Amino acid sequence: MIDLELPSDSSVLPGVRKQLRAWTHNRGWSEHQIGEIVLAVDEAFTNVIRHGYKGRTDGCVKLTVRETTQPDGIEISIRDFCQSVDLDRICGRDLDDIRPGGLGVHLIHAMMEKVEYSHAEGGGVLLVMRKSKTHVATTHNGEANAK
Amino acid sequence: MSGSHHDKLTIETVAEPAGHVVRIGGDIDLRTSPELRGRLLQALEEHPERLIIDLTGVSYMDSSGVGTVVEAKRKAERGGTRVILNGLQPRVRSVFEITQLDKFFTITNTIEDARTA
Repeated sequence: MIDLELPSDSSVLPGVRKQLRAWTHNRGWSEHQIGEIVLAVDEAFTNVIRHGYKGRTDGCVKLTVRETTQPDGIEISIRDFCQSVDLDRICGRDLDDIRPGGLGVHLIHAMMEKVEYSHAEGGGVLLVMRKSKTHVATTHNGEANAK
Repeated sequence: MSGSHHDKLTIETVAEPAGHVVRIGGDIDLRTSPELRGRLLQALEEHPERLIIDLTGVSYMDSSGVGTVVEAKRKAERGGTRVILNGLQPRVRSVFEITQLDKFFTITNTIEDARTA
């Protein structure tokens, strides 16, 4: 299990990715699935920094990663302590609208099997993402994500 | 928890007859994309015929990086510069495919192809 309290600072992202890669590798995930998990966590963490803490680096982000058995997979929780937001507003943009930004949530949903946002007890947002070892993201062509 | 020196972004811009080639190495994420943005916009100030963004040395890119190259392409088009993405590693390419932005960009596999794309 990974259980971390981290500052809302983008400088922690490389270390989080490295630790997550090692943890999932040691638990038998394929390289392309590891890439998907790492990207989903990076995007979620980035969203907390950008939209939750609005670039402030002194916020707290709790990251918890654990194995699940039914199904055989992974559950990742990311919790912030930001001002509560309207959960319905957390959505990716229309992909036909070509512009910078708004892609993070779309990628999270593509990479993970289940994605749930909720209001955390005591304030902030709790994101729980789940993925089983049989799940692989697909591209718009319907092809499996790159290996 | 912080990154090691391996996480440092390297950016080299070379002016060639075919256009400007921006060679990038390292990971592109929220932390490094502002530097990339600055270098791409700087290269566009000279209105080259092509801006070849060579991602051969990039093993990781998140939506911050994707947004940065989308912004550069839109600005380039307004100035008459053609943007080509070259050398996408499979993991980077899949981010463009999943966000359907592979249809928006000219993507080449070799720098030779990029020079004539």
